[in-house]
Amino acid sequence: MPVATSQSARVTLPTDEQILITREFDAPKHLVFKAITTPELVKRWWNAKRGEVTIAEIDLRVGGKWRSVMIADGGFEVGFHGEYREIVPNERIVSTEVFEGAPGGDENGTVNTVTLTEQDGRTTLTTLVQAPSKEIRDAIIESGMEAGLQDALDLLEQLASSLR
Amino acid sequence: MARAATTADAFNAVAEPRRRQILDVLAGGERPVNDLVAQLGIAQPQVSKHLRVLREVGAVAVREDGRRRLYRLNGKALKPIHDWVKDYERTWSQRFDELDVVLEELKKEEGDASGN
Repeated sequence: MPVATSQSARVTLPTDEQILITREFDAPKHLVFKAITTPELVKRWWNAKRGEVTIAEIDLRVGGKWRSVMIADGGFEVGFHGEYREIVPNERIVSTEVFEGAPGGDENGTVNTVTLTEQDGRTTLTTLVQAPSKEIRDAIIESGMEAGLQDALDLLEQLASSLR
Repeated sequence: MARAATTADAFNAVAEPRRRQILDVLAGGERPVNDLVAQLGIAQPQVSKHLRVLREVGAVAVREDGRRRLYRLNGKALKPIHDWVKDYERTWSQRFDELDVVLEELKKEEGDASGN
């Protein structure tokens, strides 16, 4: 595999209502922009290896809507949607994001700012998630934790069957 | 929130911005209370109050050094918070590992198209 940069995303919590996710990619920023704004490409990576993305709709213009739905490996469906507020091609996307099924609906959505910075052919992607409250911010992190836990259980299961 | 009751206190203690500032300063090493007062620019009784909360949840430890009391971070008590963020981080790491694969293909396609 020619993938040279498998590395960890870095997550920090700049304020009580924010999450900042940072990751560097071995590709120029126009390709990263393409990969994060093209439905058939988003379908391939958004799943985080724990499900299948069945819907990826992207209407890439200010005021345009996006929606993605994933069938997680456990069989349950998770959906997200939002609206684009600002688009600077290959540089920056500001959009809202609502987790469908969370109480409060659109009011409990976040505003996400994705920024791409290129240096020497490599691109740093940052996503700043601005939640409406600390409670929502914490709930978002909790949800990632459950997914992580599921992962750990899957590994444990594999390990257990290999020992049989 | 579905957090374990045993760690809820540390989460709450760290939720206060001033207390996070104190932890940031202590991350640089052991400090007497006067240093914290100087760095935070707030009155000693307030600093002492925050230190008491942090000590109660075990986030900060103290020792006597002659007439001074020196405060230091107790990383172990903060581990649940660290782990909490780490799991979220792992979701994104996996997502981005997949994105690496997509990007390699796009680079190759672009190279092919330009005749390289």
